[in-house]
Amino acid sequence: MSENASHPDLIANRITRVEELVYELSVSEVMTKNPITFDIDTSIRDALEVMRRLKISGAPVVVDHILTGIITFEDVVRALRDGRADKNVFEYMTKDVATVHDYEQVVEALKTFSKSQVARLPVLDSNNNLVGILTKGDVSTGLLSAMERDVEKAERSKFKASQFFLDKEIISDHTTMVLRYKVKKNDFHHGGTASTRIKKALLRLGVSNQIARKCGIAVYEAEMNLIIHTNNGGNLRIEIDSEKISMEAYDDGPGIEDIEKAMTPGWSTASQEVRTKGFGAGMGLTNIHNCVDEMAIRSSPDTGTNLFMIKYLEKENENESG
Amino acid sequence: MKITDIAELVCGKILTNNYKDKLEVQGAFVGDLMSDVLSTIKPEAVLITGLNHPQVIRTALIADASMVIIARGKEPSKEMIELAENEQMPLISSPLGLFEISSRLAEKDILSFENSFNHKNCP
Repeated sequence: MSENASHPDLIANRITRVEELVYELSVSEVMTKNPITFDIDTSIRDALEVMRRLKISGAPVVVDHILTGIITFEDVVRALRDGRADKNVFEYMTKDVATVHDYEQVVEALKTFSKSQVARLPVLDSNNNLVGILTKGDVSTGLLSAMERDVEKAERSKFKASQFFLDKEIISDHTTMVLRYKVKKNDFHHGGTASTRIKKALLRLGVSNQIARKCGIAVYEAEMNLIIHTNNGGNLRIEIDSEKISMEAYDDGPGIEDIEKAMTPGWSTASQEVRTKGFGAGMGLTNIHNCVDEMAIRSSPDTGTNLFMIKYLEKENENESG
Repeated sequence: MKITDIAELVCGKILTNNYKDKLEVQGAFVGDLMSDVLSTIKPEAVLITGLNHPQVIRTALIADASMVIIARGKEPSKEMIELAENEQMPLISSPLGLFEISSRLAEKDILSFENSFNHKNCP
């Protein structure tokens, strides 16, 4: 390996993702927040009891969030050997403690680990308040979950709707993808199954969490309406193109008598039985209205009810309050 | 707070195995009416509810809740636990009531994850 030291390009090629990550991730992203701490007047006996109960082998000792030392199993063993379990942790703790700052890169923490040979590093913020603790285990877990996120991101972008719609081999005047679901009357047992699948599909297609959540809520309410209020159940139809998600719920009756009334928050025709299941609060259409960009209802006793909803993809960053 | 800490705090039993223990919970929301939940819950909230029905899990999934606590010692059905397990939605059953669970969480600085548009004039 040493012969490569004079070939920076060669070395650069060998930098793995893990090595990149130790420079990308900050200590605050991988540390354990709000660690267990001891006051300086905690007895050795009490400290041992806490360490045993929480399965930790050491903890920082603080005065008003300021680190004054660290007490470990070895320190406790020393105190017990002296027969001084009643003494305070202050007397046996290590006072000269290696620390890292939360804003530092993980690589700095690794350097400190190898220099100091300790098992855990207290983490300080810029005001030198204790904000966390870092073990080598935290670093490994942090790196692994960062790599997991990488993989998820790569998987997602592979299926991104925009790629599907921009594919040069798939040419039409208007390319869309359609998902259809049947919803049975009174099938509370499976209520929400279609909506959960729709939400997952949207995420898979690269739609943002925010938009997938709002579409999920809208179709969930629509799905529950089909279960609760229809004669024979109904259908959900979701159509996705490069600009918008069009959602439609339709059934063959009995139709909504007074649409304006049905839109009033809290107004409901649901039975007591439905309400004991947590539904029929009369908020369904209001919720839908709040989650989508466009909404329209057509209803008549002869043809049943059609509910149209549209969520535009480019409106992603607006109106984040909901 | 972590899921295991929250379970301990509310004397609850974690009924699912498939969850991320690193998850840090910041806020919570209480509701028994699923439409109310959907209309006002913020993402990543703990959903605390007295309703013991698989719908709760689906509502939690749709609303991006971080975990579900069923109050008053109700025991979720096997099917509900399975759904939670498969969808990686942590599920806890606590013997405590809704108010007691909420106050214990509030004491530990867990915030209200409720959108405030219903009480804009109430600071």
